[in-house]
Amino acid sequence: MGTITIDKVSRWFGNVVAVNDVSMTIGPGVTGLLGPNGAGKSTLIHMMSGFLAPSAGAVTLDGTRIWRNQEVYRQIGLVPERESMYDFLTGREFVLANAELHGLADPGAATDRALGLVEMAYAQDRRTGTYSKGMKQRVKMASALVHEPAVLLLDEPFNGMDPRQRLQLMELLRRFGADGRTVLFSSHILEEVEQLARHIEVVVAGRHAASGDFRRIRRLMTDRPHRYLVRSSDDRRLAAALIADGSTAGIELDRQEKALRVQAVNFQGFTTLLPKVAREAGIRLYTVSPADESLESVFSYLVSS
Amino acid sequence: MNTTVARLTVRGLLGRRRGLLLLVVPALLLIISVIAANTDGDKHDLTVKILGQLSLGTLVPILGLVVGTGAIATEIDDGSIVYLLSKPLPRRLIITTKLAVAVAVTWAFAAVPTFVAGLILYGTKDDLALAFTVGTLVSGAAYSALFLLLGVVTRHAVVAGLAYALVWESLVGNFVKGARTLSVQQWGLSVAEAVAGEGAITADVALGVAVPLLVVVTVAATVLASVKLAGLTLAAED
Repeated sequence: MGTITIDKVSRWFGNVVAVNDVSMTIGPGVTGLLGPNGAGKSTLIHMMSGFLAPSAGAVTLDGTRIWRNQEVYRQIGLVPERESMYDFLTGREFVLANAELHGLADPGAATDRALGLVEMAYAQDRRTGTYSKGMKQRVKMASALVHEPAVLLLDEPFNGMDPRQRLQLMELLRRFGADGRTVLFSSHILEEVEQLARHIEVVVAGRHAASGDFRRIRRLMTDRPHRYLVRSSDDRRLAAALIADGSTAGIELDRQEKALRVQAVNFQGFTTLLPKVAREAGIRLYTVSPADESLESVFSYLVSS
Repeated sequence: MNTTVARLTVRGLLGRRRGLLLLVVPALLLIISVIAANTDGDKHDLTVKILGQLSLGTLVPILGLVVGTGAIATEIDDGSIVYLLSKPLPRRLIITTKLAVAVAVTWAFAAVPTFVAGLILYGTKDDLALAFTVGTLVSGAAYSALFLLLGVVTRHAVVAGLAYALVWESLVGNFVKGARTLSVQQWGLSVAEAVAGEGAITADVALGVAVPLLVVVTVAATVLASVKLAGLTLAAED
């Protein structure tokens, strides 16, 4: 129950391919959808929540098609990224309206339960327009949970939240995952995802880059080749000593920067090699800085591996 | 009808500043009517001019536009429509409920003031007040359906609606007689002509053409809006 299957799905907008032949299965528990901005995470979530048709392939919930099938919303709760939510309503009115729209037998009780879960009962009579970002996020959560769905989809739920709100939300999502519900959230921050999700799906530039346990993905990310900028008391001698070792793939002497650009084969090997080599040769290290720590470069490595 | 959808739509429409804006236009009509009623001259001509051009020709399309698009386009624009659509509700039900609300609001803010203005200007003579009121009722319903559809199919519903009401109906319709056959305003006038006393109002479109077109446009717009809403795509923001 509550399994979303994405089968050979592509989605293009005119000439732009947003999602390129992605297949993944998202089952009970917490899954993190990780990728840099513009990778196609929202496009995937829109297709999973029935707000976008796949250009090719199929997106299904327990075998039934999601697109143009409003019955799936009995099973799906959606927390959209955008904030607008009838800001003339109070928090309680908003959640109650969602309960009524679901046709629940006792919308009032369901509303109280949902507001209690997200700990928003204290502010339920304030207009949502006056809420902080974190409060809005929690009321949106309550509205998505009011019918106790088997699947919860959240698009960038931690965006703009302060650390305390972040922890609260993580705790809540963890509880849902432990209850056997399917929880999928998207994020572009690795630390966020690995704190919460055991299972991670990585998308980069519309492609499914990696899938699996967060430890494996973390290892892939740290073991990738790194580039470093190194300044020392004797760059040429250091370069000669470094290239002799197998964990260095290439070195360039950058005259303008008066520094070495080193391409390391793997993270661990190089970080132990560099200080050892320098000490043995009597060279002082002035600067050692990673040159390409941007998320995009990390992700693009994952794609190629 | 879904009462929750209706409630949300009414509050969205009448809350905030739009509620005030909706009052301004009918208030202007009433003020002008009071002034006109106290002037000399042919009251019959004056009444037909004011109710025909100001009320049926301007007030109804403007209100229809503000209300018809406001009933759904605002929610689609800001994304809050997600909360209606992520529910097991037939899309047809969402559209018909919103249309019912839009029609009721248009009637309250356009047809009622038209009737009052008619009474102020010309009393109940020749059934002029009643005739124009019926005209605003039918054209108000058609405009609401049309502009609701525009709200679903285009992000530029207000511009498209203004282009239709101002450029097509007012400008082109004024100079090209054939264009009036495809004008909600003229259909309303045709119905008004049928209701009023003999020769009190002259319309360019025959009743036998106007009524079927009113019905077809209203029903087709509603059906199309339901179909389009079922396939509504959210713009990906990343």
